[in-house]
Amino acid sequence: MNLKISALEFAQQVQNGNISAEDFVAESIQRIQKIDGDLHAFLSVNDDAIEQARTIDKKIKSGDKVGACFGMPISIKDNMCIKNSKTTCASKMLENFIAPYDATVITKLKQQDAIFIGKVNMDEFAMGLSTEFSAYGPSKNPWNTDYVPGGSSGGSAVSVSAFECVASLGSDTGGSVRNPASFCSVVGYKPTYGLISRYGLISYANSIEQIGPLTRTVKDTAFLLNIIAGLDHNDNTTIDNHNEDYLSGIDSGIEGKKIGIISEMIGEGIDPTVLSATKDAISKLEGLGAICEEVSLDMVKYSVAAYYTITATEAGSNLARYDNLRYGYEFPVEGYEFNSYISKARQKFGPEVTRRMIIGGFVPSAGHAGKYFLKAMKVKSKLTKEINEAFKKFDLLIAPTVPILPFKIGEKIDDPVSLFLVDINTVTANLTGKPAISIPFTTSNGLPIGIQLFANSNQDKLLLQAAHALEQTVKLPEVPI
Amino acid sequence: MTKIGLEIHCQLTHLKSKLFCSCKANYREFEINENICPICMGLPGSLPRLNQEAVKKATIIAMALNCTTPEKIAFFRKNYFYPDLPKNFQITQLNIYGDTSVGGSGSIMVGDKKIRITRIQLEEDPGRLIYEGSSSKNQLTLVDYNRAGTPLVEIVTEPDFESPKQVREFLNILSDLLENLGVSDPSLEGAMRADANISIEGGKKVEVKNIGSFHDLEKAAHFEITRQNSLHSRDIEIIQETRHWDDKRKITVSSRSKEEDLDYRYFLEGDIPWVTIDAEILDNLKSEMPESVNSKKERYVSKYGIPIQVADVLSSDKYYSDLFEQSHSESNAKEIANIITTDLMGLVDTREKREDSKMTSTHLSDLVDSIQSGKISRNSAKNALHAMVKTGNNLSQIISELDLGNVSDESELSEIIQEIISAEPQAVEQARSNPQTINYLVGKVMQKTKGKADPKLTLDLLKKQIE
Repeated sequence: MNLKISALEFAQQVQNGNISAEDFVAESIQRIQKIDGDLHAFLSVNDDAIEQARTIDKKIKSGDKVGACFGMPISIKDNMCIKNSKTTCASKMLENFIAPYDATVITKLKQQDAIFIGKVNMDEFAMGLSTEFSAYGPSKNPWNTDYVPGGSSGGSAVSVSAFECVASLGSDTGGSVRNPASFCSVVGYKPTYGLISRYGLISYANSIEQIGPLTRTVKDTAFLLNIIAGLDHNDNTTIDNHNEDYLSGIDSGIEGKKIGIISEMIGEGIDPTVLSATKDAISKLEGLGAICEEVSLDMVKYSVAAYYTITATEAGSNLARYDNLRYGYEFPVEGYEFNSYISKARQKFGPEVTRRMIIGGFVPSAGHAGKYFLKAMKVKSKLTKEINEAFKKFDLLIAPTVPILPFKIGEKIDDPVSLFLVDINTVTANLTGKPAISIPFTTSNGLPIGIQLFANSNQDKLLLQAAHALEQTVKLPEVPI
Repeated sequence: MTKIGLEIHCQLTHLKSKLFCSCKANYREFEINENICPICMGLPGSLPRLNQEAVKKATIIAMALNCTTPEKIAFFRKNYFYPDLPKNFQITQLNIYGDTSVGGSGSIMVGDKKIRITRIQLEEDPGRLIYEGSSSKNQLTLVDYNRAGTPLVEIVTEPDFESPKQVREFLNILSDLLENLGVSDPSLEGAMRADANISIEGGKKVEVKNIGSFHDLEKAAHFEITRQNSLHSRDIEIIQETRHWDDKRKITVSSRSKEEDLDYRYFLEGDIPWVTIDAEILDNLKSEMPESVNSKKERYVSKYGIPIQVADVLSSDKYYSDLFEQSHSESNAKEIANIITTDLMGLVDTREKREDSKMTSTHLSDLVDSIQSGKISRNSAKNALHAMVKTGNNLSQIISELDLGNVSDESELSEIIQEIISAEPQAVEQARSNPQTINYLVGKVMQKTKGKADPKLTLDLLKKQIE
């Protein structure tokens, strides 16, 4: 059984009867049992997965109508609610939280007969970019297990990259899908803000984050997007995409498209191998008929500061509900007064979450908001203006997904500021609501490098077409696991 | 000079669902923690889903209070920890980053006094705390989240009131207005709550919180002014503080909590996009708005010649004015107004009685028609009304069951009159010489017929028979 097939190939082969969903899922679970002890992508595995696959096989055999996923095993970042499943956000704070409802993306995938093979690891409450801040231990990069897989959707990227499942859903607040996709050599996509419903995604910084697929190919991403995108009355921020088919015309090419190279994202601090990979990608795009030139987004230099200020503010508010009074972990209330109970209960938050909550209590507070939070909001709106201006001239923008190569586990964990700077190339898409995608491009000393493309709001289809075109020029070595 | 400003919380009790989910806005009919869902419990991953009807109702209130209405409104988070607040923030509105709440700078006349409205905001009500246990040592705090997320409109006034009496007059007008708009039922327990900011000449502002009814609001203002005046007369400084209304002891008590020092870290609620309320929407809302209390009153006086005091009572109570509107015609309006404000009032003066009442507008118009055609006397009408409220039977059924119909059969009535004439020879003599005194004899006939004799026919027959 070949587990290394794309999502589209999987669906086709099961539909044709070449393989059975049950065999594939069973073998995927065997692989998880075999290699995940080392990689630690999964926080929990779905015990009913094989049974569910069997049911789908039966439906196929008896000629019943079967959803487009045909029992496709998909892993889900552990910050999305699946009814009656533990949803921990990789935090001790939600150690015993069992979601009583399905996230909208889960409902939609269930309708298409996807199988959720397990919940995958992440930085606690999605705060981090290495998955080292999981309260249940870090995940490891399948390309070299001494290295981080990126984050915060590290478990998602690892599970797809190491062929433990066919595709995954992650969430991207400042690069949390694209960063691990780049580090683990898979496709990672953050849609236009509002394209995918966030209902059931546990909020970190709700005004800028989106759910996004991590897949082996750009086509797989388009396939999943067809299922999960669109208006949802449970999320007032969703936009109507008029049931766009993102797969149709995906091989339209990029002949004549104008692509801007973001100067601020290939300058100071960039690893030389990442820079040369970016240049290589640009010449490949030019070879496909695109016209590339540099463009400056001045506000990018303030983007990380603005990003951390805004996300800390929203996190401080979004995570305030975890007072352990209604759900959470075992800790009796008797003998405590309310305030002392919750401050004690909240000590279960890990160090990175605590750090951001403290910042989040400070930067929007009376007397400081003007200097921090409101200033950050100004940067956000100026950056948006700048990028909108750029999109008047360019169809797409390009930059490396991450300016550096994957780093070793433990290497940066005690230096939060240097970790923060790794986000420099990804936060712009979140602050401006634009779609962006990271595709595997090359490797350097066995470590993956991803290239990132941006498009204007609601130009997700164009973005996927361009990413697909570039992807066709790439030949990558096989993951050594 | 005494200055009082109010913050009034009014639940939009007529809405079907809560502000951000489909749980019932009428939480009162549920067992504890039965009217909740992932959204109003703020469960991880849930998102608020704005109730557009609530926005409309709040906007209607803003228009009725002559407020400005911005073209786009926004929601903000007010961050603070409290056990009755499932998300540990409240979704509310404010105007510190531009005018984005449903209403701003309005006003309302209370007699000759203009009370300015600072703003009107739409927000969610928290849950309810229930304290159990006798001593403070083993006291339990229980939380009922049924109310959490109920749509609430906060009406903030400028400190324009000079006396508790003005406050009361304002509250009466406001209750009538809210009820008339069909947005809230002020008689429901907890539907109207208020905080008051009170200061006297030379003193600092004191905020009195937790006033659970309009009735207590006036009392609290009274108490607080008396307290502040007595401090002032003894040269004791009045400090700026927050006090709580103790509704058992009917006094204000200083809160030791540091509530005034709280920093709410307000910022935009990103989960709810800005809502556009443009001229077209406003026009539609305006056309849906019921006639105002004042306009009704004027119409009742000018169109039907209803006395001003009667029109006042009729227009200010939505239950009565709705009944009136449904039952009256050009010719019987005055009589219907009269029956509602004299006879009906005592029968349906509480919420429970109104809910139990089986009387409809058809009953009322039938009744008045029967009075006007002489089928039933005014006296019997009272009894009939009572039966209508109680049984809901139709008028003819009631008349025959209770034998309330007028005696208008000439021969029957003549017989009775003949009996009276024989029994009252002196009175008959008198009536012959002085026609004014014939009323005594009419009264006797009425007595005999238990008020059911047709008065006009009785008089005619009497006159004929004593000649």
